[in-house]
Parts: sequence; structure tokens; C-alpha cells
Amino acid sequence: MSTPLIQALALRGGYGGNDILQGCSATAAAGEVVVIVGPNGAGKSTLLKAMFGMIELREGQVRLAGEDVTGLGTTELVRRGIGFVPQERNVFPSLSVHENLEMGSFTARGDLIRRFESVYALFPPLAAKRRQAAGELSGGQRQMVAMGRALMLTPRVLLLDEPTAGLSPLFRAEIFAKVAEIGRAGTAIVLVEQNAREALAIADRGYVLATGRNRFEGTGAALLADPEVAASFLGG
Amino acid sequence: MDVLGFVNLYVIPGLVLGSIYAVGAIGVSLLFGILRFAHFAHGDLGTLGGFLALTAVWVLGLQAIEALPLAMAGAAGIAILLDRLFYKPFRKAPSIVLVMASFGVALILRSAIQLIWGAESVSYQSGIQRPIWILDTFRIAPRHLWILGGVAAIVVAVHVFLAHTRLGKAMRAMSDDPALARACGIDTEAVIRFTWAIGAALAAAAGVFAGMDVHIHPSTGWDMMLPVFGAAILGGIGRPYGAIAGGLLMGLIEELATAPLFFGASLLPPAYKSGVAFAVLVAVLLVRPTGIFRGKLF
Repeated sequence: MSTPLIQALALRGGYGGNDILQGCSATAAAGEVVVIVGPNGAGKSTLLKAMFGMIELREGQVRLAGEDVTGLGTTELVRRGIGFVPQERNVFPSLSVHENLEMGSFTARGDLIRRFESVYALFPPLAAKRRQAAGELSGGQRQMVAMGRALMLTPRVLLLDEPTAGLSPLFRAEIFAKVAEIGRAGTAIVLVEQNAREALAIADRGYVLATGRNRFEGTGAALLADPEVAASFLGG
Repeated sequence: MDVLGFVNLYVIPGLVLGSIYAVGAIGVSLLFGILRFAHFAHGDLGTLGGFLALTAVWVLGLQAIEALPLAMAGAAGIAILLDRLFYKPFRKAPSIVLVMASFGVALILRSAIQLIWGAESVSYQSGIQRPIWILDTFRIAPRHLWILGGVAAIVVAVHVFLAHTRLGKAMRAMSDDPALARACGIDTEAVIRFTWAIGAALAAAAGVFAGMDVHIHPSTGWDMMLPVFGAAILGGIGRPYGAIAGGLLMGLIEELATAPLFFGASLLPPAYKSGVAFAVLVAVLLVRPTGIFRGKLF
């Protein structure tokens, strides 16, 4: 395996004085799909936000391609090639699908037509609805808009916070398939998921987090096969 | 009174007044959408624009309408400066702090205007303007034609900006969700500065148009705040297109409330005209607080 593209190393921090992250770490290499699972309140989303500079860290380091990017603002991280898709409120409801994608490429200069084409090719249902307001779309289609928006700058690292939350099994499978496809194209993906079994099935590697610490780590298949992980974190 | 007389004496002046309110209300609505606070110094920014135009009229010998772009640019620059000095330090504070700060800015602006330009009413142009007849039917003063034309041009420009430019779309995106806008890498501070520039330019236009309509006075803008806020809320706060509709309606309602519609008697004596906006505002908040176009946060 190549050197990790994104590294979160021994992070400690949270909101206000409350440390949600208690020294947890996660890394992902280019083209690798890394899944973070764990019970509610384990700090999964906080870890992801910390990688995107949205959490004040008291200790630890975030590195992008070996370079220390701890404490940089989100605008700078986007410019350096990190894309982030929040769990909720991840589209601009009053903007059209096309305008949402355009906002994803806000910091880009030059010809974007090829970028739009490749996002529409990845998510064909969006192409037909490009003039429609994103707020009028179904949950699954919104998730596609949100992911497509984050892909407009061809990020090196894509951070996804529970992209299948609230979706039907059919849409879940479709989203997971797209995530795997984006990973195969060379993007490093860090995916936080409640639907742990389905997510680990497409994962190259996975982390199990509990109370802000790393509990288990291994390939997706190994974690799925581990009886202790299954009993404690995957609902038996 | 015949229909034409009614149109010429009440509907046309109502539309002129309403279009002035509309320009002010677009700015209030845009600022609210981005910064989430009611900007109480908006009227005084408008007054400032009116007096900047007056200075251009005096010094450069321009017509008021020719001085309009200068006044808009000047007010935009001053608003960016005011933001840097008085609003930016409170960016993360509760919105009531910003509302109070804007009250302070309103007082500062009004006092500065009185110190610089005096406390009297001033006209851009002396003498009487004769109204002109259009199709031998509609009677309208030339200055009212300029105001209506100017407002129409501004509304089209605002629409093109919001719908078709990168920055305009970023403003709408930020109005939808500031946190997500930041996650997209949008420079939200730049968007805020631009919103101030546009909001202040629109306020200045409203001030110049109000000055062209009657005269300019240090309290011209402040006196317009009630109908302008009423128009913004009537249209749906945070919705610039709603503000246009709200402004036109507010102007028409104010004029028609004093028209002799009921067998020669009017609904209200003209002295109560300024209370109409207040009544409309209260009625909207009671009946449909989100306004016509479903505004935000109410």
C-alpha cells in the first residue's frame, strides 16, 4: 500500500471544552475506501469534521500528502484537494441541481464543462433534473447532488458523512456502488456510516471507533468476520 | 372621479412610491438573507446616497439621474467600510447585537449628514416640472418616468446578477446555507462584502429616487424604513424578488388608502398615510408572517 494521502493522527478535541475525540487516528491512501463505523456518540462525524478543519484540535495532526494541514480553514483545504459532504443540509435547496454543482467548483478557474459532464455521467438521474431546484429532489437524488458537488473539483480526498442515512435499501446500494466507483478512480475516500455491514462490504479498510478512541482496525472483510466486532458493533 | 383621473392621481404615484420602496427593500432582503439581521441603518445609507448625489449635482453640475451611479458607488464603498468597523467584529454574535450596532450606525450616519450638508430639505432641481402626457391619456411627471425607468433597470440588473453570475449564485447559496457554502470553499467574507456593496448601492438609489420625487432631507431614509421593512416582510424576508412585489404593493396600498374610492370619501385622511405601512406590517405578521414568497426565519 502506498503512503496514506490523508492522515488524522492522534486527534484530541471537540466542541467547546468537551473532548469528543480522545486521541483517535485514521488514514486513507489514494484509491482506498476507508469506512469508519461505531456506536452513536463514538466521534465518527467529529473525526471526519476534524479532517476538514471544522473542529478545534487540542492535540494531534492532520496531514495531506505528508504535509501538515492542521488548523487550515475549509476554503484552503478545498483548494488543496479535500472534498467534504456533510450528513444533513448538504445541498442548497433553492439553487438548481446545476447551480449546486457550480458552487462545488466555486474556487476553480477555467473550463468546467468536462467536470459537469463527468459528474452527470456518474449520476445520470441528475442530468435530467439539472434545472430543477435541489430542494425538490428525493433524498437519494439530493445525496447524489451533494456528492457530485464535492466531486466538481476532482478532489484527491473525499470525506463522506453518512451518505446513506435515511435512504431506502435500493438507494443505499446505489450510493455504496458509486462510492466504490469513485474510489476505484483513484480518490481517497473516508466514509462514516451507520449502515456498517453494507459499508464494510465495499471498504478496503475500516476502523471501529468507540468513545473517541480507535477500538478495532482492519480490512473490511476482516472486521466483518471478527466475532467481537460483530457482537459489539454490528448488532450480532 | 373617473378612471383615468384615478390612475393619474393615485395609481401612477403609488407605483412610483412603490418602486422606490422596492429598491430599498431588495437591499434589506439581500442583507437579511446573507447576514441574518435587520439592518436598521439601511434608510440612512439611502439618505447618504441622496446627499452624495446632491454633492455631485452641485459640484459637477450633473442631473440627479446622472449622479445616481456616483451615489451608488460612494454608498457601496462606505458600507464596506462600515462593515469592517462596526459589523464584522460581531459576525459570530447573536443577531440582536448586530441590530443594535446598526441602530448606532444609523445615528452616526444621520448626524454626520446633518453636520456635512445641514438639516434643511434640499431639492436637486429648482423650478416646476410640467407633467407630460403619454398617448394623451396618462399624465406623468418626467422625474417619475426617470424613477420608474431607473428602478426597472436596477431590478433587471439585480436579476441578471443573482441568476447568472458566479458571485450572485454564491450569494443565493450562502443565503440558503452559510455552513455548506464554507464547506464548498466559497470565500464567505468576500460574499458578505459584496452583499454590503450591492445593498448599499440599492439603498442609495432609493435615496436618490426619493430625493428626485420630492426633496432630500437628513431623515428622508429613516422615514422610509417602516414601509421598506414592511415591503421586505410582505414579500418574504430574504427573498429579493418578493421585495420587489412587496415594495410595489406597499406603495400602491399607501396611495390608494387615501384615494376617494368610497362615493368620494377616502378610506383614510391623507394625514394617516404614514400609518398605512405599519398597519400592513402588523397584518402580514399576524396573517402570513412568511410573506408572499415564503421568506426565511419567520
